[in-house]
Formats: sequence, C-alpha cells, structure tokens
Amino acid sequence: MTKSLYGKYGGQFVPEILMPALAELEEGYKRYKNDPGFLKELDYYLHDFAGRETPLYFAKNLSKKYGIRIYLKREDLVHGGAHKLNNTIGQGLLAKYMGKTRIVAETGAGQHGTATAMIGANLGFETVVYMGAKDIERQRMNVYRMELMGTEVNDVESGSKTLKDAINEALRDWVTNIGNTHYLIGSVVGPHPYPMIVRDFQSVIGNEVREQIMEKEGRYPDSIVACAGGGSNAMGIFHPFIEDYGVKLFAVEAGGSGMASTEHAALHSASLCVGEEGVLHGARTRILQDKYGQILESHSVSAGLDYSGVGPELAHLADIGRLTPCNASDEEALKAFHELSYMEGIIPALESSHALAYVMKAAGSGELGDLVVINLSGRGDKDLETVIKIDKGGQI
Amino acid sequence: MNIPGKFSELQARGEGALIAYVCAGDPTPDATEGIVKALIRGGADIVELGLPFSDPVADGPTIQAASERALSAGMNTDRYFELVGSLDVKVPLVCMTYYNLIFKRGLENFVVDCTDAGISGIIVPDLPVEESKELAECCARNKVDLIFLIAPTTTEGRINMILEHGSGFMYLVSRVGVTGARSDIAESTSGLLSRVKTDIPKAVGFGISTGKQAQEVVVNGADAVIAGSVFVDIIASGYDVNARLEELAIELKDGILSAKR
Repeated sequence: MTKSLYGKYGGQFVPEILMPALAELEEGYKRYKNDPGFLKELDYYLHDFAGRETPLYFAKNLSKKYGIRIYLKREDLVHGGAHKLNNTIGQGLLAKYMGKTRIVAETGAGQHGTATAMIGANLGFETVVYMGAKDIERQRMNVYRMELMGTEVNDVESGSKTLKDAINEALRDWVTNIGNTHYLIGSVVGPHPYPMIVRDFQSVIGNEVREQIMEKEGRYPDSIVACAGGGSNAMGIFHPFIEDYGVKLFAVEAGGSGMASTEHAALHSASLCVGEEGVLHGARTRILQDKYGQILESHSVSAGLDYSGVGPELAHLADIGRLTPCNASDEEALKAFHELSYMEGIIPALESSHALAYVMKAAGSGELGDLVVINLSGRGDKDLETVIKIDKGGQI
Repeated sequence: MNIPGKFSELQARGEGALIAYVCAGDPTPDATEGIVKALIRGGADIVELGLPFSDPVADGPTIQAASERALSAGMNTDRYFELVGSLDVKVPLVCMTYYNLIFKRGLENFVVDCTDAGISGIIVPDLPVEESKELAECCARNKVDLIFLIAPTTTEGRINMILEHGSGFMYLVSRVGVTGARSDIAESTSGLLSRVKTDIPKAVGFGISTGKQAQEVVVNGADAVIAGSVFVDIIASGYDVNARLEELAIELKDGILSAKR
C-alpha cells in the first residue's frame, strides 16, 4: 500500500493527524502545478523577485589552475543569497492558492528560514520559523534578517539543537495548527509529496544549466557537482539530467572532522556515504543512527549540511549508481572557501564550499572529466563570523 | 492476559478501562517496576510502556523530556525488553515507540521480542495504516495487537481502512496536536467517538489529566481512557512519585467508574 517510493525509499511515516493534510497538499499540487495562472505567477516571482535566471559563470582562474573547464551555477545571486528562494516561492504560492494563511518552516543555516520570511512577508502570511539554538548562535545575522521581515523565530532547545530538532518542532507545530497552516519544508526530505514538490521547484536550476551549457560549450557537462545536506540544491541541478547518462552526478556531503562516530554523535553529516537505511522525519532513507536506531547527532562546519538524514530520492540514486556520494571535510571546505574568494572574487557559502573542495581534490584524477558544473548554491556572507573565528584559531 | 481478554472482563462488569502510559527507564531503568506497580495498584487496567526515541515528533515537551531522561539513563531496545520481561504484573502491557527503532531491529525480531517480554500490543505513532502492512503481518503471526490512532482530522474513508487493520483497541486522539496534559477536553472528542463505529474498544487519549475529564470521555461513549503526560509530570517532579501516581490512577479510575454507561 505504500506509495511514492524512490526504489525502497520515501513514503509517509507521520502521525495520523497529518495524513489528510498530506493528501490535501498532494491534491493541491497536482491541481496547480500545470495551472496557467499559477505558472504565470511563479514565473513572475522567479524573474522579478528572485532575479532569475542566474548566470552560469566560467571560472577561468580555477579552470586554469586545475586544468579542466569549471563552470559555477550562480545560485548565490538569487535574492537572499541562496537557491532556497526557488522552493519557498513555489510552495508559498501553492499555499496561497490552497487558501492557507500561516506558514511554518524549519531552518538550519537560516537560509531557508530567510527565504521563507521573504515570501511570507511578500504574500502576507503569518510566518513562524523554528531554528536550533546552536544554529541561532552560529547564524545571528539570518535571525535578524528573518525578524526584520516580520517572521517569528523560535529557538529549539531539544536534542542536538540543530536542523533535525527544528524539523521535529516544525512538524509538532503543523500537527497542532493543521487547519490554516502550510508546512513549508526547505529540502527534498520529509514525507511524500514533499521530496517531489521541493525537487520540482528547485529543478529550475538544472533546467537553466541545460540551456546555458549548450549555448556556451555546445554539449552537456561531463559531471555536475553539488553539496548535499538534505539535498535540495543537488536534486534541483541533478534532476533534469537524470536521463542523460553521460553526465556524472556527484553529491558532496559534509565529512566534518572525520568519518567516525562516537556513542551519540557522528563527526560528520555523510548519510549517503556511510548512513544506514532507516526512517526519519516521515521518510525511509539513509540516516545516521546507532545500532538501536536512535538518531545520531551530525556535525559540519556548515549549518546547512549539518543533518542526520538525506532526501530519499538521493538515497535511491546512490543505490542504483546514478550518482556518486562523496565528501569533503571541514578543513577542505574552508580551504575551498578561501581559494574561490581570492581566485575568482566570489565568496561561497560554506555549504557550497564542500562541492568546490571536492572538485579541487578530484580534478587531477580524471574522474570528473574535462567539463564540470558546480552548483554554487549560496553566498558566504552569512559565514564570515564562523570563518573569522576559525581563522583566529577557534574550534570548528 | 491479553488486551481483548482484559476488555471482555471489564465489559462483563460494565466497566471502562484505564490505560496508563509511562516512558520505560524514566528517570532510571530501576524505577520502572515500582512505577508500573503503583499505577496498577491505583487501578490501571492496561499499561503502555514507551520505548524512548531520540526524535519523538508526535510528543509534546513532557514526553520528550521523559524520553531524554530515559535515554541518558542508558535505556535502549535491549534493556527495554529485559526490563519489561522482568516485570511481574498481571495486566496487559503495550509497547509504544517510533518506527525506526522497530525497523532497525527487524520487524519480526521486534515483535517476537515483544511476545517474549509479555507485551500484547504495539502502538507506533508515526506509522499510518498505509505503511503498516509488513508490521501488521508480523503482529498477526505472533498474536500481538497492532493498535492504530484515529485523529479528529481522519476522514471516513481512512477510519474504515484503520478499523479493517487495527486490533486490540482504537486509540482516538482527542484533539489535534501533540501529547500533553490539558485542562479541557476538546469538543471534537464526542464527535469522533460517534464517527468511529466498531466493536473494537475505543480508547481516548491526548490531554486527559483529571477524574472529571475521564468521566466525561466515558459518558461520551469511550470504552477506555488513556492518560500519559499527567503521570510523566509526576515522575519528572521526583517528589513522592509512586504514592502520587497511585493516587492519580485512583482518581482517574473513579472518574471512569462513576460514568453511567
């Protein structure tokens, strides 16, 4: 009876209270995703509000250094500074068409919270964001940005006080306020239909790349590299290329401070690389867990990758060998952060720095081919405080 | 005694059931036996023992905190079955836990371990009926009841599907939201009780904390009252715990008995 599986992953493992809401959401999405009025408004917002399309930029200095042609998909230039707005515009409009008046969201780095606050303010929703206490400390600027736009930011003190706990709390809010509220999930995670909806709204990234790379190079890339926490920027750029088997796909996870785990915590966030099958936040997927199935806390220098699970479709694509899971450590990501800044004049988000770092270390092996597109999913302004602290010798 | 046996015994006396929930291992594994016995002395007819999970999305702050206390005190699935298996009690025991812990142990292994530990029913708050086929088959093979929740938001179509697959009792959620003691019981409760038409006993839970609420729920047609967070609050206080648990169980059971059915 289980529906909407990606291979053996996916599903709807949620409290009974939410089941009718998921059905309503699926119904609403089916109804509006091809509705001319909805699509027109979506296009308008993506263009005039978010600033799309984003450039596909040829990184000439990096290309020269690494001896392959490297393009950056500039999602850092989307309004708000990350790809997150692509999804919040889509879901925000969907919630409006479905007659909801309130949206709740979780946020890790604060980028999804900020993108939710933007569309919430613009479309007139009452907007509530849950954010782990630890992340609030790491990303104070984003908290202030959300508050400026009228969003209520609630700190989450339970569990590891990061993204997974914020998702728990957002789900609890939704369970309690189910009538008027849309849960605007920020990644390709959670129960069906969320992984599909978020993927579809993020696919604008990959769809633009298809045209842009054809125009610039006359062919598709040999490989596409994206960082993956929950995996929305990765699915967004990968999805339109799934059937193009000549294009290799690399999902770079946070290797943190090492690929090991202690009793209650992993030193990394690499659920595709070393996670095991399990059920978290409504979906069967690969997760970091102990031998009893208790969820391990994850670690990464970048709050946006610091998550114990991963989108079910990514887990499936990894199982069937369509994508290659790999990882970059905190240290490698920081090095890439600096390198892109001084070589190209672009300060990348620490999340996206993981994708850059992987290309920098793998370019010489030939594994990536001669033509690579990296999803530069966000800009690094939000991370300056973290990086300054580390550069001065602080702990990651 | 199993769950249907307990309900027929109570029904023969025209009596409603008190189902008490506590989190196993809260605050320590050693405390659980005394807690369970106090609840039974006070009149609990069935005891639900939570197997704590790190990410309990259906639970409010009270049971989240209990889960954290139990996990910090070393509770895990192995110790849970040891602990429950060692309890010398006569009432039916029900395991309440989240799906990942069952999935990780292997569905068949988990259900067999339940039977060996004397558990006669399982409640999984994040497992809707659509995802339950495999676990339901394991439960049926091992004669363990798989108990489903029905919420105020559950549609008629889903109620019928749940009634078809559930056994033991139907867990009717009194209001939308997470677990936690409340001072009022939502009006939706009586509406939900009349919407669910079945011979399987109907138990109402989420928010019940006083004898008066328990009485009201039974007057409205429930066969059982489930109370959890209000017991867990007493455990969390750490003050005169077992005596106060027993007293509260007496109050709730008295409320149930005073309802004219």
